[in-house]
Amino acid sequence: MNFVTPEIAWAPLTPILIVLGAAAAGVLVESFIKTPATRRVVQLWLSGAALLAALVAVVVQWGGLEGAAGTVVMSGKITVDLQSLAWQLMLLIFAVLSVLLFASKTSDNEESFTALGSVAPGSVEEKLARRAGLQVTEVFPLALFAVGGMMLFTCVTDLIFLFVALELFSLPLYILVALARRRRLLSQEAALKYFLLGAFSSAIFLFGAALVYGATTQIDVAFIGIAIEIVDGRDGMLLLGAVMVIVGLMFKIGAAPFHSWVPDVYQGAPTPVTAFMGAATKAAATAALIRVMYLAFYPLEWELSWMFWAVAILSMALGTVLALVQTDIKRMLAYSAVAHAGFILVAFAGLEAEALAALPFYLLTYGLATIGAFAIITQVRERAEDGGVGAEAVRLGQWAGLGKRSPLLAGAMALFLLSFAGIPLTAGFIGKFEVFSAAVAGGAWILVLIAVIASAVAAFFYVRLIVLMFFTDVPEGAEDSIAVGNEPLSRVVIYLTAIAILVLGILPSGVLELFQESAVFLVIGG
Amino acid sequence: MFPFLTVLIALPVVGAALLWALPASARTKAREIALGVTVAEAALFVVMALQFDKADAGAIQFAETHAWIPQIGASWALGVNGLGLLMIALSVILVPLAILAGWREETDATRRRNYMALVLLGQAFMVGIFAARDVFLFYVLFEAMLVPLYFLIGGFGGAQRRYAAVKFLLYSLVGGLIMLVAVVALYFVGEGGEQAFLIDNLTGMEMSSTTERLLFLGFFLAFAIKAPMVPLHTWLPTVAEEARPGTTALLVAVLDKIGTFGMITLCLTMFPNASQWAAPVIIVLAVISVIYGALLAIGQKNMMRLVAFTSVSHFGVMILGIFAFQQTSMEGAALYMFNHGLSTAALFFLVGFLIERTGSADLADYGGLQRVIPVFAGSFLIVGMSAAALPGLSPFVSEIMVFIGAYPVAKAAVIVSAISVVLAALYILLTYKKVFTGPVLEGSEGTREMTLREKLVAWPLIVAMLVLGFLPGLAIDYVREPAADAVAYVAIEEANA
Repeated sequence: MNFVTPEIAWAPLTPILIVLGAAAAGVLVESFIKTPATRRVVQLWLSGAALLAALVAVVVQWGGLEGAAGTVVMSGKITVDLQSLAWQLMLLIFAVLSVLLFASKTSDNEESFTALGSVAPGSVEEKLARRAGLQVTEVFPLALFAVGGMMLFTCVTDLIFLFVALELFSLPLYILVALARRRRLLSQEAALKYFLLGAFSSAIFLFGAALVYGATTQIDVAFIGIAIEIVDGRDGMLLLGAVMVIVGLMFKIGAAPFHSWVPDVYQGAPTPVTAFMGAATKAAATAALIRVMYLAFYPLEWELSWMFWAVAILSMALGTVLALVQTDIKRMLAYSAVAHAGFILVAFAGLEAEALAALPFYLLTYGLATIGAFAIITQVRERAEDGGVGAEAVRLGQWAGLGKRSPLLAGAMALFLLSFAGIPLTAGFIGKFEVFSAAVAGGAWILVLIAVIASAVAAFFYVRLIVLMFFTDVPEGAEDSIAVGNEPLSRVVIYLTAIAILVLGILPSGVLELFQESAVFLVIGG
Repeated sequence: MFPFLTVLIALPVVGAALLWALPASARTKAREIALGVTVAEAALFVVMALQFDKADAGAIQFAETHAWIPQIGASWALGVNGLGLLMIALSVILVPLAILAGWREETDATRRRNYMALVLLGQAFMVGIFAARDVFLFYVLFEAMLVPLYFLIGGFGGAQRRYAAVKFLLYSLVGGLIMLVAVVALYFVGEGGEQAFLIDNLTGMEMSSTTERLLFLGFFLAFAIKAPMVPLHTWLPTVAEEARPGTTALLVAVLDKIGTFGMITLCLTMFPNASQWAAPVIIVLAVISVIYGALLAIGQKNMMRLVAFTSVSHFGVMILGIFAFQQTSMEGAALYMFNHGLSTAALFFLVGFLIERTGSADLADYGGLQRVIPVFAGSFLIVGMSAAALPGLSPFVSEIMVFIGAYPVAKAAVIVSAISVVLAALYILLTYKKVFTGPVLEGSEGTREMTLREKLVAWPLIVAMLVLGFLPGLAIDYVREPAADAVAYVAIEEANA
């Protein structure tokens, strides 16, 4: 057997290389710049510049395709096509916004991240580290590694490479989750849980890939699709393999019953990290699920449809019902994320072409609202005993009367919640409409009916928060308990996302056009 | 041509934005600004209405069609026929009156500013919905309107207002979301394309009768919740009791008409066969609404709830008129939509004025006011009798048209519904007796007589009802052809079948 070195066309990978290169450079910055404050500034500018440069590179590449579907980078392993470019663009936008949140500091000059990740919570060393002004600026290169991995995840067309990209973006996230400044035990517990369950799901994914290889002798997604139609006699193995691969991806999307990490991680992680994960992980995983379903497992559509139906219905039901009883705002949004995972899976019914444009749009609107909502959570803080700014006020009751304290923030939060609920004139509605259209095109109108009922129930807990913010008075004696921050970086993120949600809700035409243009895969071989 | 309808929608939105942008020092002037905007809106509407070609009232006029989201087949398509024009008239008349009626309700300048801005937003949505010629646009406005209304109900009113707001929102949202499924499905049933949702492109569609019936139900359910039809009416009394009288007046007098308006312009034109199929059941439910609403109105102790239940009864009459598919009954129903708006809004305003005086909507807290405030009592009696369809006042004409028109095809329904006329006299006169006759209740001797502002609110409505009571032709001319078209849609399909 001859081993042929694959030819790699590097140019289409430029955006990913920029991001990963900047991440590597960021690691060097960690070693060579000693002053924490300078380091932080350098890291911020480095990662910001890298992400924007990557953004430009994606746009240039999109323009350079001139109607072609895409470019083959490495025969059958990596294909940068319009579909993946659309996802990369989205991931970069999420990343830029998240990095701004990562860098945001409270008026007391407190960051979201611990001073020294390696010391025990509450220990003397921790106090010393804090006093010394240490900062964990590794969060920036870690985030860049994660973004690079996610971008790669969207253009890989080979199950083994997919696994590598999955690990590439998961490992930095495990670390990021553990680095919260306050409630560190919760944060570390969340990281451990995320890591264990994540490793478990990666293993399932890998096992599934092995089974699929066993049944079809292929690991390239396009060839798997062809092989499934030719090969017979190994249906059991193939189906089991396909199910396991999909389970691995659904875990990352956060769909029930693979959602058990979601509430803990959303709650425990530093809020900027939650915002980043909530938006970007879901998008990257959805992109990969689309590629796997549409290129590899489409012949099994009928056999796998029960699974999508069941998981979608379970996610919507569980997510909405459990969100109803939450008292912690981050956990509530976590369960809402589970419900949204269900809405995402609704679009897979029938594997219609419409979904290829609908899902990116949905994830874009969902991600922007998620980042915006969590950015607001970083701003609403308890007042510490010494009169300074304390931890985030995450108990729902603490949000009572926010509309009076800060009408702008409360208004923006209401907008994001209405967008989650899918009320017209917000981006979330157009997203939902698109997703439901795709499902109805696939003949799954009963699933859509279930989804709208779930939406109505979900609206209840979004609205409950709006009631709290606007119609409930600040409790007596608690007038001074909440400090609303006014950090410029967070404010920028909040206003940008709010404007985007409104614009995408009222005039979505241009963006829809873009995503319809990108609803193509480049398939080689055959 | 001047885009009248777009400007009519945009003007209140601009007004609302202006109010929210007001510096704190100028907030005390929010009422004046809001009133100014609505008066400008009314003036613009009058200019438009004068150019309306009455001879061709069935045709869509002032049409504007622009691509909006061509990817999903949605257009910014506006236009009105005679019926739409009347409905928009209702909203431009009642919104300034509602602002005037609630002039003194709020003392806090910021809250008052918010209330006024939300009312203006609500007006933009009302005008937009009655002018929409695109199902997607209609749906978007229909659902988005819930947001300002939710804040209007939940932010301003009685102690239980938050509960009322959530109840209203959930009822409307469930109906709206089921309608969303039907809207999505319409795209695939129809021709598709960049103008897939234009109503003109959605008439006479080829589809199986099951599909048509399901789609019809999807739309009808949302409309039946809006035009509170038994058994989907239970949100209305709660809202009426808790919300501001001005809010409730706009809600019942204008917004709930979207339900009956939607039945005529969407259900009948897009799904004529299914409308026929469902008509017997709908008529039965309508008759139940008529009687049940009237009976419950008699039993109410809270005046706001009482008026709300009278509306449940009256909406039943409108729905009966629509689903009898007769020219006269359809005309009557369309006319009733307008007249009921005048009459109910006046009634809610007057009850609101009483509440302003005593702080209570409870019948038990009133008695013998006739001697203390005779002018107010007289106005109340006239408005009340209009709700009971007294001849000479405009609701009478429309109600009689519905009954006469529907009689040949639905004898039993009409006969049973006609009992409501007696019941209506009962609930109005009983209320009048309790509040205004008998011995003067202790402590209410000093009740303030009707003020100039209150006269300015109530009397124009009374005059309008008197004029249209004696010269109903003024309004019927606008609805005759739209009604004929609606009936024709159903009849043609029947002939084909």
